[in-house]
Amino acid sequence: MSSTNNTGFDFSNHARNQFLGERLGSALPKATSTGTTIVGVKFGGGTTGEPEGVCLGADTRATGGPIVADKNCEKIHYIANHIRCCGAGTAADTEFVTNLISSNMELHALSSGRKPQVVTAMTMLKQYLYRYQGHVGAYLVIGGVDETGAHLFTVHAHGSTDKLPYVTMGSGSMAAMAVFESGYKENLTRQQAIDLVSRAIRSGIFNDLGSGSNVDVCVITKDQTEMLRNYEMPNERGSKTREYKFRRGTTAFTKEDIKSLIFKEEVKILPPSLDANTAMDVA
Amino acid sequence: MEMNGGSVVAMIGKDCVAIASDLRLGSQAVGLASNFEKVFPVNDKLFIGLSGLATDTYTLRESLRFRVNMYRMKEEREITPETFTHLVSSTLYEKRFGPYFIEPVVAGLPDATPLNPNPKPFISTMDTIGCITTPKDFAVAGTATDKLYGVAEGLWEPDLEPEDLFETISQTILNAMDRDALSGWGAVVHVISKDKVVTRYLRGRMD
Repeated sequence: MSSTNNTGFDFSNHARNQFLGERLGSALPKATSTGTTIVGVKFGGGTTGEPEGVCLGADTRATGGPIVADKNCEKIHYIANHIRCCGAGTAADTEFVTNLISSNMELHALSSGRKPQVVTAMTMLKQYLYRYQGHVGAYLVIGGVDETGAHLFTVHAHGSTDKLPYVTMGSGSMAAMAVFESGYKENLTRQQAIDLVSRAIRSGIFNDLGSGSNVDVCVITKDQTEMLRNYEMPNERGSKTREYKFRRGTTAFTKEDIKSLIFKEEVKILPPSLDANTAMDVA
Repeated sequence: MEMNGGSVVAMIGKDCVAIASDLRLGSQAVGLASNFEKVFPVNDKLFIGLSGLATDTYTLRESLRFRVNMYRMKEEREITPETFTHLVSSTLYEKRFGPYFIEPVVAGLPDATPLNPNPKPFISTMDTIGCITTPKDFAVAGTATDKLYGVAEGLWEPDLEPEDLFETISQTILNAMDRDALSGWGAVVHVISKDKVVTRYLRGRMD
């Protein structure tokens, strides 16, 4: 049991696992990864009269090897009210890294008394990821709107970053980028951006095996952040046409324990005529 | 995982949840024990299944018992299934670069609170490094994962009463186990409902 004030990772199982790995060969379990399609586009601004903003998109499939571990997971993570982050790669890493940066951004906002900038989040992420030399497998698309305008970045697990008007990441990045390369224009309207993003995600869902299920979209402008969860559901499961219930008593069992969670309490009121000395004084 | 074998499955029903595990403990192909339970109570209406490397099943059980007891004393209330899931998740992620070989499954019925007057039955699973998934139907883990997914996907249906849920989860684990060489040697099922917890030891193939 490690001490509770320890911070950072604990490597105490590492030597044991190394030994186990040699004995069992490749039989060691694989972590859930988000074989993913995640994208982002900047829109508005220029002469359109539309407010400047960022539109993020993600599919909702999580995989563990060739198995679909979750058919409707959330890959657009909260960083701050006006900043969101899509995650691809090792699912646990994207989850924990975005949570950590989200907490640090809140603390940063509290201590500086200002709304945090998107570059701040991006810099905190890249510095953290660089420190772990790619072993924390988080591949991110981070977007948001702050005092200095709309921003969109990608962050790789090794710590490199890009700043581009339209980006894709994950195993479906090629499928999604094909859509962006043919359909992107400068100064899209809000709805055009949403349509382009969902078309890119759909391309990932249908052409990349690591991506699937539904389209999540997030639109961030100066005034509001809209999380459009399951914006499109092109893969809904048909309902079963018959019941598959077993008749009660089908399964044979050898022993049964029933633990009742009902606590029985009885209140007995003694007749007043009983021994006056032992009767409680309730006056 | 393939070292000791074993599987766990949890399912949601109508105002109830069920969690089941097999009873085998092996050393690769050699069977060692047929009374190795992998599901442990956390409190009256919350259970955790720890399938995977047997030594870690015990290590994690004790480490979680310690943490839940500390929580109970500090907070003066029982831990909720959701909070407990995050507790397990952080415990696993702390060992990101030298993980426990455990895939936990959590199943519980949350108590009603003023903030959450109509709580829903809760199940969740994590991978070995603590990535949480909270399904609305069923959760599986262990060496029979693939088979459990297949059978559960076919048999599970929404709003099963406790007695029907028992049959569904029992048939799911029994039939998945029979197609997995490393799981089996009997099974145990816990059905948690509002007023009672029913634990049954199933009759299964012993080969």
